[in-house]
Amino acid sequence: MVKDLKMQHTVTEHNGNEDWDVLIEPQGHLFDLKLKEVWHYRDLLWLLVRRDFVSFYKQTILGPLWFFIQPLFTTITFTFIFGKLAGISTEGLPGPLFYMAGITAWNYFAECLTKTSTVFRDNANVFGKVYFPRLIMPLSIVVSNLIKFAVQLIMFFALMLIYWMKGTVIHLNVYVLLFPLLIIQMALLGLGLGMIISALTTKYRDLVFLVTFGVQLLMYATTVVYPLSAAPEKYRWLIAMNPLTPIIETFRYGFLGQGSFSWLSLTVSAGITILIAAAGTLIFNKVERNFIDTV
Amino acid sequence: MSVAIKVENLSKAYQLGQIGTGTISRDVERWFAKARGKEDPFLKIGETNDRSVAGSSDIVWSLKDINFEIQQGDAVGIIGRNGAGKSTLLKILSRVTSPTTGSIKAKGRIASLLEVGTGFHPELTGRENIFLNGAILGMRKKEITQKLDEIIDFSGVERYIDTPVKRYSSGMYVRLAFAVAAHLDSEILIVDEVLAVGDAEFQKKCLGKMKEVSKGEGRTILFVSHNMQAVKVLCPASILLNEGKILITGNSEQVIREYLFNQEVICVEKVWEDHDRPGNEIVKLSKAFMHYENGIIPEDGNFDITRKIGFTFEYEVLKNGDIFTHGINMYNNEGVNIFDSHDVNTIIRNEYREKGKYSATVWLLGNIMSEGKFSVNIALFKASPLEIFLLEESVFSFNIIDEIRGDSARGEYILNFPGIVRPLLFWDAKKIN
Repeated sequence: MVKDLKMQHTVTEHNGNEDWDVLIEPQGHLFDLKLKEVWHYRDLLWLLVRRDFVSFYKQTILGPLWFFIQPLFTTITFTFIFGKLAGISTEGLPGPLFYMAGITAWNYFAECLTKTSTVFRDNANVFGKVYFPRLIMPLSIVVSNLIKFAVQLIMFFALMLIYWMKGTVIHLNVYVLLFPLLIIQMALLGLGLGMIISALTTKYRDLVFLVTFGVQLLMYATTVVYPLSAAPEKYRWLIAMNPLTPIIETFRYGFLGQGSFSWLSLTVSAGITILIAAAGTLIFNKVERNFIDTV
Repeated sequence: MSVAIKVENLSKAYQLGQIGTGTISRDVERWFAKARGKEDPFLKIGETNDRSVAGSSDIVWSLKDINFEIQQGDAVGIIGRNGAGKSTLLKILSRVTSPTTGSIKAKGRIASLLEVGTGFHPELTGRENIFLNGAILGMRKKEITQKLDEIIDFSGVERYIDTPVKRYSSGMYVRLAFAVAAHLDSEILIVDEVLAVGDAEFQKKCLGKMKEVSKGEGRTILFVSHNMQAVKVLCPASILLNEGKILITGNSEQVIREYLFNQEVICVEKVWEDHDRPGNEIVKLSKAFMHYENGIIPEDGNFDITRKIGFTFEYEVLKNGDIFTHGINMYNNEGVNIFDSHDVNTIIRNEYREKGKYSATVWLLGNIMSEGKFSVNIALFKASPLEIFLLEESVFSFNIIDEIRGDSARGEYILNFPGIVRPLLFWDAKKIN
């Protein structure tokens, strides 16, 4: 039976110290990331990844081929424009190989960022009806994109193989072992920035337009279409400060043996990454609780 | 028995007005006020929580100081008019949004069904969607695998289980969705008006399942509905909300009586202002009125039992290219859903709608309804798969009266005339001997 609390006063005090499984309060603790709950919902994460993958190729004619088409054509375009027309240095590497290395890595970051930045809007329907740790959604985006990234990486390897057989010297070296770290960094950066933007867009819609535009600008401020060594002296420090630059440079250095690698810049980049990821998670966590009221 | 849910001083404030335009300036204003050491202008408004007075401000208290406890294993109905705070309470309980003040404590897992089939993806098969939807509702993959056969069996769509759900009829879709929800293993189940979908047989099955869940398995259920019949059947106790506060709590029969008594408002004509037209981004309701065939609107809300009654509503389509239809649900004053009707005969119901204003009228023939008080909901929805664009409850409240002129089903009889409907039927009678 339902009872009025006032009449139940004695009982209430009695029960005051019982353990409750669920506690719903106005403000959660800022640092309570509910990781235990996220862990409980890990199956959902895999199912969402599967859904993204299945629905992606079910709705298109060319299916998984799309995974290849986009980076392939971008590489061709870049080779033509930046390599042939503008004549920007590729540090002695064959143009297609140089650009594809940059594009493959860049795409993973960019996709994580753009998809995460619209996570509230894209999932408003589900978020408005059911509770689950919201962090699952951005995490599933990062993992989904990882599949796409893996596929594109295979294409990059194939290209490496072709050039190797044609006699190009490829200095695959020990720094390639840093690759897992680079993936984690890119994922965290994309996730962190994406979550900051997603949190802001629930209130200020106009930021959405800034994202696609901003990502493009950011690409030119990163060493995707040119090597760091070719950047003008005056701005080189600025480009080097960009946490994405050491990631791309290290990626190229490990696989192709060309690029500016330094432990210092990679460490700084990792530090910035952790800061951004932490800030993103905290902001996301704060907004997540009430976003449905404003969306 | 122990307490399963304890709600203490729960309040929720909403900010009215267009969010997105002007909010940056408001935020700047707040920061500025704070920087000068003054009070936050936002909170200042919140101090006066009288809804009628607060009309000039843009803060509305959707719930105000709600306190109640629910014992483990109880099924409790939550009823109240539109805007009474039911949905807000549900949303907070479901953790879709958080309260402004106060707290809710609960023992055990809470599963909420504000909708069935949340997260269903049209491209995935029925089986894949069971897993996805189950996981969204908080089930582990292992649990779902264990219950898979039971779920498929309950849904009654085993033949199509490996077909993408976009090929399902709306009925099948809902069945499958409810089947997943019905097999949730949480200690506390929060159910919104999900029973309003599906055919009568399936509704009965759902109600039965829910009863079984609360009685047999000792789980706690919170049930929000406009269907008083269902509340009565399912929940021994109920809470009546009114304007964000608890009006009464107790025995369902008594609470429902109070609710119906409270509803003594007549409404035969409604025009919505531009900013609060009900609907979604595709379509919005703008106007609704009831009338006789000659266009006259009886302002007193009393309609003659022998005459044809028209229900007309106008809506504006804001986006090109959707197919949807319009319908009404009619309830009597005991909350019995007497009939539903949706457009099955016009051409536009099957057309891709273009932007613009539309009007729909449905005619209720004379000499069908009984005397009494009725209310009508208006709905705009896509029939297959079911997607409700708009469901505005109790748009109309009116009386049907019999002046006993002898031309109705009463004839010359003037005393109490029972029956949910009162059709004027034709008799054959003759002397055979």
